[in-house]
Amino acid sequence: MTRYDVVVVGGGPAGLAAALSARGEGARSVLVIERDTKLGGILNQCIHNGFGLITFNEELTGPEYAARFEDRVLAADIDLMLDTMVLDVSDDRIVTCVNAEDGLVRIQAGAVVLAMGCRERPRGALNIPGFRPAGIFTAGTAQRLVNIEGLIPGCEVVILGSGDIGLIMARRMTLEGAHVACVAELMPYSGGLKRNIVQCLDDFGIPLLLSHTVTRVEGERRVEAVWVAQVGDDGRPVPGTEVRYPCDTLLLSVGLLPENELSRQAGVELSSVTRGPVVNESLETSVAGIFACGNVLHVHDLVDYVSQEAGVAGGRAGAYADLIAAGKTPRQGHEIALRARDGVRYTVPQSIDPARMADRLVVRFRVGGVFENRYVSVYLDGERIQHRRKSILVPGEMEQVVLKRDELLAHADLSEVTVRLEED
Amino acid sequence: MQDPDYDVVIVGAGVSGCATARELSRLEAHVLVIEREEDVCCGTSKANSAIVHAGYDARTGSLMARLNVEGSRLMPSLCESLGVDFMRIGSLVVCTSEDMLPGLEELRQRGVDNGVEGLEVVDRPRLLELEPSVAHAALGALWAPTAGIVNPFQLNVALAEDANVNGVSFRFNSRVSGLSRDDGGCWHVSCSTGDVTCRAVVNAAGVHADELHNLVSADRLAITPRRGQYYVLDTTAGNHVRHTIFSQPTALGKGVLVTPTTAGNLLVGPNAEDIADKEGTDTTAEGLAEVAEKSSVAVRDVPLREVITSFSGLRAHQPGHDFVIGEVPDAPGFVDCAAIESPGLSACPAIGRMVAGIVRDILSLAPKPAITPWRSSFVSLERATAEEWAALVETDPAYGRVICRCRRVSEAQIVNAIHAPLGARSLDAVKRRTEACMGRCQAGFCTPKIMEILAREIEGVDMSDITKAGPGSGIVIRTDRDGSAGDGR
Repeated sequence: MTRYDVVVVGGGPAGLAAALSARGEGARSVLVIERDTKLGGILNQCIHNGFGLITFNEELTGPEYAARFEDRVLAADIDLMLDTMVLDVSDDRIVTCVNAEDGLVRIQAGAVVLAMGCRERPRGALNIPGFRPAGIFTAGTAQRLVNIEGLIPGCEVVILGSGDIGLIMARRMTLEGAHVACVAELMPYSGGLKRNIVQCLDDFGIPLLLSHTVTRVEGERRVEAVWVAQVGDDGRPVPGTEVRYPCDTLLLSVGLLPENELSRQAGVELSSVTRGPVVNESLETSVAGIFACGNVLHVHDLVDYVSQEAGVAGGRAGAYADLIAAGKTPRQGHEIALRARDGVRYTVPQSIDPARMADRLVVRFRVGGVFENRYVSVYLDGERIQHRRKSILVPGEMEQVVLKRDELLAHADLSEVTVRLEED
Repeated sequence: MQDPDYDVVIVGAGVSGCATARELSRLEAHVLVIEREEDVCCGTSKANSAIVHAGYDARTGSLMARLNVEGSRLMPSLCESLGVDFMRIGSLVVCTSEDMLPGLEELRQRGVDNGVEGLEVVDRPRLLELEPSVAHAALGALWAPTAGIVNPFQLNVALAEDANVNGVSFRFNSRVSGLSRDDGGCWHVSCSTGDVTCRAVVNAAGVHADELHNLVSADRLAITPRRGQYYVLDTTAGNHVRHTIFSQPTALGKGVLVTPTTAGNLLVGPNAEDIADKEGTDTTAEGLAEVAEKSSVAVRDVPLREVITSFSGLRAHQPGHDFVIGEVPDAPGFVDCAAIESPGLSACPAIGRMVAGIVRDILSLAPKPAITPWRSSFVSLERATAEEWAALVETDPAYGRVICRCRRVSEAQIVNAIHAPLGARSLDAVKRRTEACMGRCQAGFCTPKIMEILAREIEGVDMSDITKAGPGSGIVIRTDRDGSAGDGR
């Protein structure tokens, strides 16, 4: 069986940054396995700009951002398997994959980094009644058809859901000559970034209908119309508010789901909130030696944060593999729970070993609703150590707090760190 | 007088029509199947419970009862020979109220009278052993070990492929608009893709069978589309039950079933609603809500949050509630294969034999000296072992290129589906043959890739010509900014 210090599953932005970092942290052999024929993942079809403001201090397109990481990976003596599908990751880190050239391959990894990304929630999961004609696409599928295949799915478009890809595609379809009638969003707030609402909807005069949903699809063979209705506080359509929008295309941007089928097979514990693995400060999952980062861990808004996070996971995976290679047993530390409370939906990571953490640890989180003029507070048990005022917090924008190792170590008998929103 | 173009024209390429075609292909006859859609298996045959009933349900002495039991007996070997997925998992009719318990025994007795083997009324402890996920209120059940599940798409496709390999012609995207018999006894079929003449007509037109029948007979037939709505749950929920679970019918109506599918999903449904529109395969908020509510009667904790899609199917119901099979007395040579509602899928091997037998007797058809054995090339990589998969890649490297990640469908399977007899031409046709697009992402990732493969493999077809399910269902309807149209409009 082939051996690698670190095997990275997925060659998108998370996988590439993780592989680089693993190599940088001393892993002698690193392999990236990617199911597509090229590296870069979903960035390849994101031809709009806005990537890299944090990482490179300039505005890049998706393919440009991916190319910078790809160039580094190619120069870093990292092995690649493209057009290769990982079928299984076992709890003792044997990775099984298949491709046309080698057939079925088994690889023993010192450490594994899960970087499979996410998928879009499809129409079927929403139970929108009506027919099942052609012309219903997730926003990402439409994006691929337009940007990679050069095909335009339709002329008259309604978009359900205001996730970032939906907003981007509202603009994209408009630029390609289609008419986007509206973006309907079930929630009373958008799921996307403020900057995308401004640049993709407002600038093009596309209405964003908050607290609205699609209640019916018309058209047996191709979409002919969709019905859009207001929803009440109970999330159900309000009778009498239905409006018929004649159209040929319905795009869906109603949520991204981390793709954790492999994680589940490996026995990795998943969070019911993030739908990604539960991880510690090293972004290590509940299965020793298996790490996770990027959208498979939790869905991000900005690729720059994915790269940062993946750098941590890759580095820790490299260090883990190094210990394994040296015949040492990685230390099982004392893990302190990291809790999300009072408006904070989740945190990543979900636990911390202060002895293992870096001097500064970025804890990322999302809030569960729209909050104005709240304080983001961090508690070490009962003691409040951070209290930072934010004028607005929305579910569509990921937030973060930074924990300092010194502070945690200074707190005797620490049992729990809590991140919460407070009114004063 | 000129010889007719065909001996037999079969109208409708669902399971009944194709099972009949396959049986007729064993006889010395020129047979044509006319189908209004672009592929086989586009009506009731694709949208049903995908189960093989044991046969205790239908009224003793009815055609339904006889053909169900016979079909259920024939099904395992037929599927085995055609390479179609079939699993004899057994079914349970679950009773949840004390006063309904005697009903189980009645049901068992009816099954025995119908000729069903192995039926047993089981008490609560035995029921829990068989099926730990039954509702807390479950008191007992009728256990039918001969019931099974089948892949209806594969079955329909394989029956058609076998018939085609053995000489039966197929015409798709073709509508029959008129039917008449001349003085010489020759049938004239008016068809949108060219009229044909024949000596006998088989009416396997599903919910439209009454329209066809009433063109030729004064004895009217009336088919009501009885709509049933279903949820399909992800394979993560596929093991929620081990058997097909029915709730016992009560005075308040028939319950919904919960069953695994051969593809490893969980299927929940159907409700029953008589509608006016024979094309009304849309789902409704009310119908889906009803299915969701009834799903918990016999099974507990059905994980409805794992739903990946929902669909509607139309049962071809007639008031007498029995299959209508036979030569129409006032239309010699016109053979009905009509009102094939549940348990039509279970019965189809027997229906095919019966209808072909009637046609054989009318036309005095002799058996063919030799037939070409046929086995479809369906493969499930999801269920293959690592060694089996590796061996397939040895035979064709394209088995190593996974196109549909959710269901693990390789490029080789898609290419095979396109080049098989009556090969796939649309996304849905590929889906029925390979299970690509049927997974949790519901075709999000693989749609563009399958479009590419279809365009590459089919002569003269461009990516922008690819449809979801035939004319009028183009995936893209514009190819560039000046608005030049693809096939969709």
